[in-house]
Amino acid sequence: MFELLGISPQALYSQLLIGLINGSFYAVLSLGLAIIFGLLNIINFSHGAQYMMGAFLAWIGLTQLPQWLGNPDFAVNYWAALVLVPLIVGVFGVFIERTMLRRLYKLDHLYGLLLTFGIALIIEGVFRDWYGVSGQQYEIPEVFQGVINLGFMYLPKYRAWVVAAALAACFATWFVIERTKLGSYLRAGTENPRLTQAFGVNVPLMIMLTYGYGVALAAFAGVLAAPIFTVSPKMGADLIIVVFAVVVIGGMGSILGSIVTGIGLGLIEGLTKVFYPEASAVVIFVIMAIVLLVRPAGLFGKEQ
Amino acid sequence: MSARPIPWGFVILIGFGLVAPVLGIYPTFLMKCWCFALFACAFNLLLGYTGLLSFGHAAFLSAAAYTTGHAIKVWGLAPELGLLAGTVCAGVLGFVFGSLAIRRSGIYFAMITLALAQMLYFVWGQMSFTGGEDGLQGVPRGVLFGMLDLSDNTNLYYLVFAIFLAGFLLIYRVIHSPFGQVLQAIRENEPRAISLGYDVDRYKLLVFVLSAALSGLAGATKTVVFQLASLTDAHWHMSGEVVLMTLLGGLGTVFGPVVGAFVIIGLQNGLADKVGSWVQVIMGIIFVVCVLAFRRGIIGELGRFLRRPL
Repeated sequence: MFELLGISPQALYSQLLIGLINGSFYAVLSLGLAIIFGLLNIINFSHGAQYMMGAFLAWIGLTQLPQWLGNPDFAVNYWAALVLVPLIVGVFGVFIERTMLRRLYKLDHLYGLLLTFGIALIIEGVFRDWYGVSGQQYEIPEVFQGVINLGFMYLPKYRAWVVAAALAACFATWFVIERTKLGSYLRAGTENPRLTQAFGVNVPLMIMLTYGYGVALAAFAGVLAAPIFTVSPKMGADLIIVVFAVVVIGGMGSILGSIVTGIGLGLIEGLTKVFYPEASAVVIFVIMAIVLLVRPAGLFGKEQ
Repeated sequence: MSARPIPWGFVILIGFGLVAPVLGIYPTFLMKCWCFALFACAFNLLLGYTGLLSFGHAAFLSAAAYTTGHAIKVWGLAPELGLLAGTVCAGVLGFVFGSLAIRRSGIYFAMITLALAQMLYFVWGQMSFTGGEDGLQGVPRGVLFGMLDLSDNTNLYYLVFAIFLAGFLLIYRVIHSPFGQVLQAIRENEPRAISLGYDVDRYKLLVFVLSAALSGLAGATKTVVFQLASLTDAHWHMSGEVVLMTLLGGLGTVFGPVVGAFVIIGLQNGLADKVGSWVQVIMGIIFVVCVLAFRRGIIGELGRFLRRPL
């Protein structure tokens, strides 16, 4: 059937795989945006920059750190980076929340967007000045080099791992928020922060940790992305604008909604690359426009 | 009349505009400043007076820049018609984007405009007439109304200043009209404006189109000045810059965006050869400082000091 359309099944599958990977990143990032928005009521514009930071710190840990310390034993390998980098970036996020974002909660939500936009410019600018605009390569860890033969296609091991890890992170987040006591505090805080505080829950602390977690999630995605995409200062900004469109399409009301929308849109983008490559860069934005016309609150959103 | 800015503001603005080229300030720099001042004023109409944060105003700047450039260079239109074509094109685009964006409010509005502008950025990058990464180069300046030769920098300067002033006065008029009062009512309390019977969506759309068209006029003029329309105009950095100019100068002030545009363009020009690419970091820091500690902006603080809205 595909031969009739002039498309080889291999091309279709490989584009669908790329779509699935992009979709996993959309899902992780839009999930982070959604939980930050839920509690803080701000849109974290620096989310993309923090994702980029994650990728860069992983790269620095692997290639630069040993040079600085003059000892190849000090290289932070992929697995260590997967744990350490989100922690470092998460602490950085907590610092931002403590020193800056906290002052804006009583103001119009737009100021939070503007502040995080400024932070994104700073982060992106600093990395551009240190490492230039050209991308850096991060080697795929040895365990994941090579491919798996699935019969109908070859699946690069690392790509399979990325999808699995991203989905695991999404579902772990979903589980914590929807099924644990901590999550119930979080949901209560989202619903009515003042009442939750009156019940003795430390809401400001929870807000701080939520921001830190959302940011750490972005950095986690960054580390996952480092070996497949080139690590460059621009990688975050380009991605985050698409993620904004994903968030508008899905609505930020539901966690599973964010995941489903993210992956679905990644797949649609992949399909577009096969059937009409010229439109692949804009297809998500076009879908956003259509959704706004048909269902302005988003697919999983609630009408206010 | 106490709600009106003091006429001194106008005297200073017009006086400065008229004598600035004589003072030995580089005319191309001044023209760039006036273009961006108009752009920022048009943006302020939306954010400062209606409370709508558009993060995609680069779309209108670039749409007009490309249209004007193409109309003058390829179709051979006179500059006045080229400018008109660019402005109209930005207005039409504003109608399309505005109709979509006003379906959501607040933060979503910002995200939608940003996403739509990014879509346009990709479209420009793929179309052949825009020249892709190189941009649309070598747009002739031409002769205005068949009499005024624009290749002369002095002629062009006063044309640019006149265009800015016309746009500025139009915006001033709009702000102080009954229409402008409704816009400010929407900014202050949208549900109440609705309950008073105003068709809020129509007002929002109308002001969005107006803001887009005036931003387009700024972009079209910029193309004539620099004889170039490029992808830089469409990039989201540009949308951020206009937010910064307005914020630094003073949200919801008449003169603020003009001052903001001069300061930012001046900083970029002055710093570019000293600190190179750290300019972006400095812009980011100004953004953060403005939001945290300087939300009224330069003119806003001045107005508070003088106890008058400026």
